[in-house]
Amino acid sequence: MEALTIHRLQFAFTVIFHYLFPQLTMGLALLIVVLKTLALRTGEGHYNHAARFWARIFGINFVLGVVTGIPMEFQFGTNWASFSRYSGGVIGQTLAMEGVFSFFLESSFLGAFLFGEKRLGPRLHWLAAFLVFLGTWLSGFFIIATNAWMQHPVAYQPGPDGALALKSFWGLFLNPWLGWQYLHNMTASVVTASIVMAALGAFYLLAERDQDYGRTFIRIGVTAGLIASAILIFPTGDEQGRNVAHYQPVTLAAMEGLFKSEKGAPLAIIGQPDVQAEALDNPIFVPRALSFLTYRRWMAEVRGLDDFPRDTWPDNIPLLYYAYHIMVGLGTIFVAVLALAGFMLWRGQLYDTPLMLWALMLLAPFPYIATTAGWMTAELGRQPWLVYGLLRTAQGSSQAVSSGNATFTLIGFAGMYSVLAVLFLFLIYLEVESGPEPASSAGHAAQTPNA
Amino acid sequence: MIVTYAVLDGFDLGVGIVHLYVGRTEAERRMLLRSVGPLWDGNEVWLIAGGGALFFAFPKLYALAFSGFYLPLIMVLWLLILRGTSIEFRSHIESVVWHPFWDVAFAGASAMLAIFFGAALGNILRGVPLADSGYFFLPLFTDFTTSGQVGILDWFTILMGLSSLAALALHGALWVALKTPGELRERARRTADLIWWATLALSVVLLVVVPLVQPHLGARFPDEPWGFVFPAIAATALIAIRWFNRGGRARDAFLASCAYIAGMLFSVAFGLYPYVLPSNLNPADSLTIYNSATTAYGLKVGLMWFIPGILLAIGYFVFVYRSFTGEVSLDEEGY
Ligand code: HDD
Ligand code: HEM
Ligand code: HEM
Repeated sequence: MEALTIHRLQFAFTVIFHYLFPQLTMGLALLIVVLKTLALRTGEGHYNHAARFWARIFGINFVLGVVTGIPMEFQFGTNWASFSRYSGGVIGQTLAMEGVFSFFLESSFLGAFLFGEKRLGPRLHWLAAFLVFLGTWLSGFFIIATNAWMQHPVAYQPGPDGALALKSFWGLFLNPWLGWQYLHNMTASVVTASIVMAALGAFYLLAERDQDYGRTFIRIGVTAGLIASAILIFPTGDEQGRNVAHYQPVTLAAMEGLFKSEKGAPLAIIGQPDVQAEALDNPIFVPRALSFLTYRRWMAEVRGLDDFPRDTWPDNIPLLYYAYHIMVGLGTIFVAVLALAGFMLWRGQLYDTPLMLWALMLLAPFPYIATTAGWMTAELGRQPWLVYGLLRTAQGSSQAVSSGNATFTLIGFAGMYSVLAVLFLFLIYLEVESGPEPASSAGHAAQTPNA
Repeated sequence: MIVTYAVLDGFDLGVGIVHLYVGRTEAERRMLLRSVGPLWDGNEVWLIAGGGALFFAFPKLYALAFSGFYLPLIMVLWLLILRGTSIEFRSHIESVVWHPFWDVAFAGASAMLAIFFGAALGNILRGVPLADSGYFFLPLFTDFTTSGQVGILDWFTILMGLSSLAALALHGALWVALKTPGELRERARRTADLIWWATLALSVVLLVVVPLVQPHLGARFPDEPWGFVFPAIAATALIAIRWFNRGGRARDAFLASCAYIAGMLFSVAFGLYPYVLPSNLNPADSLTIYNSATTAYGLKVGLMWFIPGILLAIGYFVFVYRSFTGEVSLDEEGY
């Protein structure tokens, strides 16, 4: 295979794997702050035990986030050397800021949070949790700022020897692409964490164990998940789509499978794009909806792929189209399921309705699928550009690294990450098995008589 | 930043290297891990932040060096993954099969990393085949000589790797002596004493061969004699280590070891200046701090956030290290 293909495969594989972990930790960091706040307010051991339980889950995810994140940063240099040389003057800033401002913060205080509950006392311990939350969210911010710049480059000027130079530091953060992408992505990570929390709660109720905790998890997970998944669609998802329509119209056409420009364009719910015939097979349309969603006018003209030269089309239109539809489809399902669960929670029926508990429990893997699909939408949609409009993906990879060497490391990563995945699942299983109830050490046993 | 990384992560790498030898029983090994448990990740961040700082300040150096050192860097990544997971995952299961496995993984990965880091520094000192196109690619090894078509490993870089292994093992042993009580402390002290001789021997050899391998360095010290303070610091510190360690002054010995590592690295940096990556084919093609830095504007805004950012980071470190001062014990909570 061509070296470029291997570099792309390796990057895609390692980043998708990496992102499985931060999306939980970023959302969970927020929910742990909620639990710690409840613990401070009510002074109950219950919430502290719950927080400690989730902190253990957080810890395992965090370690995997860290060990798989370091390769991401290195790969910019190792696999995408031409890209780094070309744009390092600009995105070097955001990537370095991530290290300095967020990784130090989260790693220092995570240590304090996990190991220091007694030494710190309740208030400082709450603060440590809060600072971990701040660190993870800042980390997401800087990485999204980097990605937003690649989607929509701003604040640069040509520098010496053809590479880009930074023109305006603030311009980098005022990027119109950044705000909505950040909010959309962060709410998505809250959805992941909430659904995972609710699903585990449902599991405990169905398994008839740790039921107090199960109910707490469901209450918090369903409430937070409902709020977040609504925000995910409107306004953040909607605005993201409008950004794409505005700055990357050809990407929008490919995401929606719109081959021909149309006034009053319909929205395809289902259908299989056929790139050769330039048509959507077996489509189900909502008439005029696409025009309305993008331009807020039912009869607005939406430009189709035929309006753009072929060499600017994303290079994998079917995958892009499916990824986008999977994300949006799942988003709709989340709102529906969580709204129903929220309603039953409010009516006080949720805990006794096994069917609904099953639905919640089985929902757990889907936010991961939705976020991965979302990132595939963003990254495949950006093709064939690495930096939109400036640098093609084909020009960005490391010329000096041969395809044989890249294949070697790709196989190595695949093997290594498979082992990590097995270990991860196993350790999470152990934590779930041992449950949130503190081990019966003398002090705690007295407080929780019936355990 | 790189120096800070070396001094900080240096000790937890060092703990890993001596882990199997110094820690004999399960309880002792747990104690060793506990002494680095809350700290290793923060220490490693200095590496990430160092990489980030390199990327923004010297994008060209970052691009050329990272793709040129492709294979060893990816292997470093694998080792970091193995080491990070071994520290964290060991404690999750109580089993006589599970623990030794992670102990060996932890020790092996730590030792390999120490060697790789030393060898990396050796490669920079020796120079790489930079020609005017800029890009180069180094195989893992060729014929083990330091001229012509070189590989990552040759006799010189291997020597550097071993020196780094010895220096970090010493550093780690001294940390253990500082952080643990009783018999473990005694054993760590005696181990440190042994490794000290190896470190001394390797340092002397390096003193002789480095100026031969990299003539630029040999020329720079006589030209600007004030630079001799750095090797002098390193030498004094090395002697002080033995002195303090013998006298049972664990804290001072550990600090002296920090000074030794910093002194050695500063000597190298001083000797290479203004080169950051010399070419072993034609010195004119070398990367210097001038021809690989980003633009003046980029550097200026960079410094504006970098300085407060690093001060903040140091603030957290002081806070966390202060919260975890004192000897380790096993009955404390943790996760
Ligand atoms: C739980 C996950 C999840 C769900 C249910 C949704 N999204 Fe999403 N979406 C993401 C998770 C995500 C993401 C993984 O977080 C992405 C990838 C890049 C980014 O910043 O966010 C993303 C990107 C993303 C993009 C950017 C594509 C690009 O940059 O080219 C658009 C247009 C949308 N989303 C739109 C939507 C809409 C209209 C949704 C309505 C149902 C929706 N998303 C649900
Ligand atoms: C965690 C979320 C992310 C996921 C799941 C993701 C996913 C992907 C995928 C699937 C590709 C392959 C596209 C292709 O081969 O056509 C890709 C490529 C790439 N992405 Fe991302 N990405 C993520 C975040 C980022 C971020 C934050 C950056 C930049 C800071 C980035 C930079 C790149 C680069 C440089 C490539 C290589 C060029 C290419 O093959 O398209 N990615 N990513
Ligand atoms: C290609 C892009 C990426 C690179 C280079 C990268 C780099 C890294 C690195 C080096 C770490 C380890 C930090 C430590 O030691 O604490 C890390 C962890 C982390 N990353 Fe990424 N990352 C990428 C994609 C993303 C994305 C898209 C997000 C989310 C928006 C993200 C969020 C995080 C978070 C929150 C952590 C902390 C560890 C955790 O919570 O699991 N990263 N990343």
